[in-house]
Amino acid sequence: MNEIQLLTWVRGPGLDIAVGIFLLGVFWRLFEIYSLGRKKDLSASRSAAGASGWHTIFRRSLPPEGMVKKSPVSYIGGYTFHIGLAIVVFLFAPHILLIHSLTGLSWPGLPSQFIDLAAVVTMAAMVVVLVDRINKPVKRYLSTFGDWFTWAVTFLPVLTGWMAVQHLLLPYTTMLALHILSVEVLLVVLPFSKLFHAFTLFGSRWFNGQVNGHKGVAV
Amino acid sequence: MSASLEKGVRVLKEVIDAPIASYFSSCVHCGLCAEACLFYTETGDPKYTPIHKLEPMRRLYEQEYTLLGRLKKMVGLSKPVTDAELGEWQELVYNSCTLCGRCSAVCPVGNDIVYMVRKFREGMSASGHAPDGIKGAVNRTVTIGSPMGVKLPAVKAQMKHVEEDYGIPIPLDAEGAEYMVMLSSMEIINFPEYLGAIAKIMKQAGKTWTLCSTAFEATNAGMQIGNSDLARVIVSRIVEGAEKLKVKTVISPECGHAYTALRWEGANLVGRPFTFQVKHIIEVLGEFQEQGLLKTEGFETDKLTFHDPCQLARRGGVIQPQRNLMKMVAKDFVEMPDAGYMNWCCGGGGGASAIEEGEELRLEAFKKKKSQLEAVKPDRLVTACANCRIVLEEGLEHYQMDIPVIGLTEMIAEHIPDQTKSEGA
Repeated sequence: MNEIQLLTWVRGPGLDIAVGIFLLGVFWRLFEIYSLGRKKDLSASRSAAGASGWHTIFRRSLPPEGMVKKSPVSYIGGYTFHIGLAIVVFLFAPHILLIHSLTGLSWPGLPSQFIDLAAVVTMAAMVVVLVDRINKPVKRYLSTFGDWFTWAVTFLPVLTGWMAVQHLLLPYTTMLALHILSVEVLLVVLPFSKLFHAFTLFGSRWFNGQVNGHKGVAV
Repeated sequence: MSASLEKGVRVLKEVIDAPIASYFSSCVHCGLCAEACLFYTETGDPKYTPIHKLEPMRRLYEQEYTLLGRLKKMVGLSKPVTDAELGEWQELVYNSCTLCGRCSAVCPVGNDIVYMVRKFREGMSASGHAPDGIKGAVNRTVTIGSPMGVKLPAVKAQMKHVEEDYGIPIPLDAEGAEYMVMLSSMEIINFPEYLGAIAKIMKQAGKTWTLCSTAFEATNAGMQIGNSDLARVIVSRIVEGAEKLKVKTVISPECGHAYTALRWEGANLVGRPFTFQVKHIIEVLGEFQEQGLLKTEGFETDKLTFHDPCQLARRGGVIQPQRNLMKMVAKDFVEMPDAGYMNWCCGGGGGASAIEEGEELRLEAFKKKKSQLEAVKPDRLVTACANCRIVLEEGLEHYQMDIPVIGLTEMIAEHIPDQTKSEGA
């Protein structure tokens, strides 16, 4: 298989398979998690202003008081790479074109120089959080194969995409094929790894906030 | 698999619900929960990271309730939960967790970690891995009636003393009273001032109240150990007592877990909504204060600070009333760092104070409270939980800090003029 054939495959059947597994995986995982249900709470509720599941969904995106100081790398590094990823994935013109071709939806992108910068910053932040995971006793203690693997699976699409645009190391066609392939790996892995937090964190925050809302605790 | 382990695993499978599945699926191993846990911050040992305390339960969840986990289990790629492992986890699930809930308050993906610890304890208890200290407390509560072995005659003796000291009758089994007052053994044995304080406060407010001869003990070690069957037995006594006496409100004493057991878990344990309200004494005092039924005179002039019991504030939503009450009688009321919603636990909640072998760790964790206190250097420490009070006193003594600990209810009562004519009665 030469690079053109590889590119054709990853753009065609490869993408179909990956998107298929991703969609089915997401659907299945959401089902297997939330269909477990929970018992109705029979205690009398005490409502309070600003206390509900919805409040918590938004509020938990902000660090609780004093926590940034305790773990600056987690927060600053975390924000940086999450926002960076969102910019690179959703505001790079070629990505928008792809999304347009798949869904018909479209929106304005950002200049490629800006995306380039965002990609570099994102990768730098990801390296910093990786080093933090190795250095910090708690993070190292908690880390399993899944943590290192999902880091790599998230990092590779950014790296290969950036290298393709910069025409580094390998010919553009080859690098582009590898980039798309790495995204496909990410899509397949996402529903079945800790990356699935991208979906479940909303449910988790809602449950937590709802229970606290029931007790009249605004969190 | 031993019979007890089998039972434990069955119970665990039963308690795993959508929130737990969502929480386990959301964890990214960021470790921020460790920063919120005093057992980690004071020891620096990563094994005390809250989410790690749930590892056996997480694996069981994965193996039983996820497609990938079931496949892994089928081909023998997963590590089964063993008796030895649960035994090893006892220290993490009980000794080093007071169910304080700070971890649940900081988790960025929103995991209610302490909710999971509470559920994990159900499996630990069923598989015979609960600590002897709490087991003893539960057995005494179920068989004798209270965790410290207090029986009705002891309560009656105290009632008599209080009646003599305060000159106020203490009603017992008065049908149709507005409030049914609960006690904790700790109050019956160590802090008899509490009952006297209630008598004075109720008299001034002109409210009818009663103790109940079949349900005077409010604490619920069954909940702390994680045995819902026993927790139900204990809570049912209170429900039956309250319904028999047809009271409007049951008042949970100055005890954090008694409040959670009765206010939030009680109806779920008995399987139906209560026909009466449940309020912590601090909530009741707060209402009396708002309605002008609580009138005090004079002020404490030394420097006072308030320790928020976790189950009352963070897990119970009662944060402002105690502050309003403090200001009513204290000239120099100072707040510790992190006071209120994010206050640090005394280190002995959730049954931890009943675990003898956990004492060393508990005193280590108390360094957090010590540093909070050193930041404001109070003359006295006020709280609203008899268990916090005992644990605080032990810690303060260990670190040779001369700070007396007092209950808020009794401090308020001391400022009620003796000759007040009851109003509205």
